[in-house]
Amino acid sequence: MSVATSDLPETRSSSAEKVRGSLARRHAAERRFKAIGMLAVILGLSFVAILFATVLRKGVPAFWQTTVTLPVHFDPAVVKVPPMPAPQAGQSPAAYQEELTAWRTMLAGANWGRLIENALLAELPPEAASRRRDVQRLVTSSERFRLRDMVERDPGIIGQTVTVTLLADANVDIWMKGNVDRSLSDAQLALNPEQRRYVDILNERGLIQQSFAKALFLNVDSRSSPASAGLAGAFVGSLFMMLIVIVLSVPIGVAAAIYLEEFAPKNRLTDLIEININNLAAVPSIVFGLLGAAVFINWIGLPLSAPLVGGLVLTLMTLPTIIITTRATLRAIPPSIRSAAVGLGASRVQTVAHHVLPLALPGILTGTIIGVAQALGETAPLLLIGMSAFVASVPATPLDQSTALPVQIYLWQGNELRNFFEGRTSAAIIVLLSLMIALNALAIFLRRRFERRW
Amino acid sequence: MSIWWLVIVVLAAMGFAYQSGAAKSRKLAAAGGAKLHSLPTHYGALVALWCGIPALVILLLFLAFEGDLIRAMVASGLPDQVRALPSNQLAGILNRVESLASGYGVAGSVEPFEAEAAAQMSQLRTVGNLALIAVVAAAFVLGLATALRRLTPRLRARNEVERVVVIALIACSAVAIVTTVGIVLSMLGEAVRFFQFVHPFDFFFGTVWNPRFSTVGAGASGGYGLLPLLWGTVLITIIAMAVAVPIGLMTAIYLSEYASPRLRSLAKPALEILAGIPTIVYGFFALTVVGPFLAAIGAAIGVEIRATSALTAGLVMGIMIIPFVSSLSDDIITQVPRAMRDGSFGLGATHSETIRRVVLPAALPGIVGAFLLAVSRAVGETMIVVMAAGNAPVLQANPLQAISTVTVTIVNQLTGDIDFTSPQSLVAFALGLTLFTITLGLNIVALYIVRRYREQYE
Repeated sequence: MSVATSDLPETRSSSAEKVRGSLARRHAAERRFKAIGMLAVILGLSFVAILFATVLRKGVPAFWQTTVTLPVHFDPAVVKVPPMPAPQAGQSPAAYQEELTAWRTMLAGANWGRLIENALLAELPPEAASRRRDVQRLVTSSERFRLRDMVERDPGIIGQTVTVTLLADANVDIWMKGNVDRSLSDAQLALNPEQRRYVDILNERGLIQQSFAKALFLNVDSRSSPASAGLAGAFVGSLFMMLIVIVLSVPIGVAAAIYLEEFAPKNRLTDLIEININNLAAVPSIVFGLLGAAVFINWIGLPLSAPLVGGLVLTLMTLPTIIITTRATLRAIPPSIRSAAVGLGASRVQTVAHHVLPLALPGILTGTIIGVAQALGETAPLLLIGMSAFVASVPATPLDQSTALPVQIYLWQGNELRNFFEGRTSAAIIVLLSLMIALNALAIFLRRRFERRW
Repeated sequence: MSIWWLVIVVLAAMGFAYQSGAAKSRKLAAAGGAKLHSLPTHYGALVALWCGIPALVILLLFLAFEGDLIRAMVASGLPDQVRALPSNQLAGILNRVESLASGYGVAGSVEPFEAEAAAQMSQLRTVGNLALIAVVAAAFVLGLATALRRLTPRLRARNEVERVVVIALIACSAVAIVTTVGIVLSMLGEAVRFFQFVHPFDFFFGTVWNPRFSTVGAGASGGYGLLPLLWGTVLITIIAMAVAVPIGLMTAIYLSEYASPRLRSLAKPALEILAGIPTIVYGFFALTVVGPFLAAIGAAIGVEIRATSALTAGLVMGIMIIPFVSSLSDDIITQVPRAMRDGSFGLGATHSETIRRVVLPAALPGIVGAFLLAVSRAVGETMIVVMAAGNAPVLQANPLQAISTVTVTIVNQLTGDIDFTSPQSLVAFALGLTLFTITLGLNIVALYIVRRYREQYE
């Protein structure tokens, strides 16, 4: 062997020498390249981590909210209302209703804020009585209506003392959670020195707690009383839109996919439809919003801010996704199944309806869920059809004014009360992301559970 | 609302027609004679279609035209001096009449002619509804009779029903075309109206964006120059691609060439989470984390970086696009044939040399296509830019300053009350048309390249 090596021509050994000499450099380059690749993956993953960490860090505390638990005396001297009318013998139901409405109007006129003030003053030093306005502002303004509702439900509590847990004002919440720099000057702080002292006194007496923020889920958006602003209206609005998206886009999308995959002859028209669908899938969402504004609102005359219009716009956006995933599912079903059905005398429609479609169902379901999850998070087109309007009620029908979850997030992040709404916005984002993750997990589960490999 | 009840009644009656059709076909079969051509369900479905389709079409036409027709009839009955009013005042009066006829109150006192017209309108509505019920019922009965008379054992019911099914399927797939046509026509229509206010040349080549909110005369329309917005879009897209392309491409290379199957199966879905996050969340992230972070860095090194700037928006948009670039590139890299790699390894190349000198050049066309798709995503992205770019439509090249884009301006011009007669709102459609054209062009080129690439290695 050694003889053979020594026989090698001079030139070859020098080129081997060259290769060997460059090996260190080339291996270093290899390691560098690999390290860069690893770095890219780590960067990408750390973006995911930072994003979720930020949202969770800001949002999770907002699921708890500062409340004040007070014995509230329903003082008959303050709530001057007659007892609730009872139906009289011989009184028509309409007349009774009228009387009841009059009673409710009187109830609404009572000074409920005074009850809260009195309850707070009972816990505070006597000199606070001269600063009623400051005291009143410790509890968020919408809590007055809660007291009214309590009386409306049970008029018997007038004269009694009931322990009520009241939502503190947003500024008190910020102060208690330390979301504001406490060393700022009085002029920069929303609470004045007396209010801060009162909050501390209430806190020392153990009346202030952090309770689960039910308001976030049960209430609608509120401008005058930010502490009680909630997602209920936006949630129902999004729900209506998703129902419309499912009801419209699934049948149309699946039908279109079936036609293109199972029936369509190869011709120019089918090619055009195909190119069209691929392009629609990549059209920016805001363009669909413009379409909605021009066609559904200006031309057809549907109302602004209605979940119906939002649902229609999102349907058009979701259709390409559903068509593309359904076609992929249909394509994966082996032709032998179709041949078998046709061989037994089934027509093409029967083949599809009885054999192909049931087999494709899991795939269609997965595609639909993913499409709906996408539509759920879409914001831009909804802004163009007026869904960014402030709406303080839960929509009862798809034609009522409403917002949607992502739009509510957009509205809240723009609120001036940044210190409070940053938490609320993050909490809303957590709700939205949880919904989307739940939907996607469902899709993955269904795919794993029902996927068949042929 | 009564119309919808009628729809429900028609649908229920279709169920009845189905039953009667199926029953008759069974009876024919039981009576002996020829064998049925199709299943009884097909005969039932055919009868139901014969009854239901004409009735539903009539209902639909009625729904679409009833309002306008009645308005026109009532308008023709109004006094002459009222009819001589300008069209928008006349429309206002008709709206008052309509709400009177529906039983709602109206503001101000009710003129006698209005009350008279309202009475006429409600009468017309009653007559119309009764006529509708009669016509629908007649169409239904006629359909039922015809279908049942046609029903013989030799009737090819299956073929006829299936023809209707296929037509319905075609109609559904035509929705895609209708949507595209709708997008183009609606935007073109509104954009043409906009160009009646502002010359297209001033729009496409104007360098000042300053639409003032006054609608008096053409002189008060302000500057409607597209260029500052287009520049903002381009700048942010460049920054986004500068972030997304290296990270996305290297991620794809690492995951497809180096990573162990386990890492790949964990990292890929984790990155795809980024793709599923709604853009509003990215906007919030940009606004509360990235913007202040960049501003703090700027303060530390003595450069003024605004919290909401082209850089903030571009960076976050880049993060958003990473999974898009990486999954598309991944698909394309894995399509490069094994033989090419093996050849390179056989010649003694290292792994990275193979990737750089063989795999990437071979995959280049496909990767370029993927980048173009990513660019089109970035150009059309809205919420991140609305929240984090600062909305300053000026023509300046400094990425550390606030900027505005085409999409931001569309949102700004169309949020709140939409007034389809002022150039301030209409300009959004001209901008949308520009945006649509750009993204369509990018998509067509990209899809063409990607498709060609796939064919090359199939």
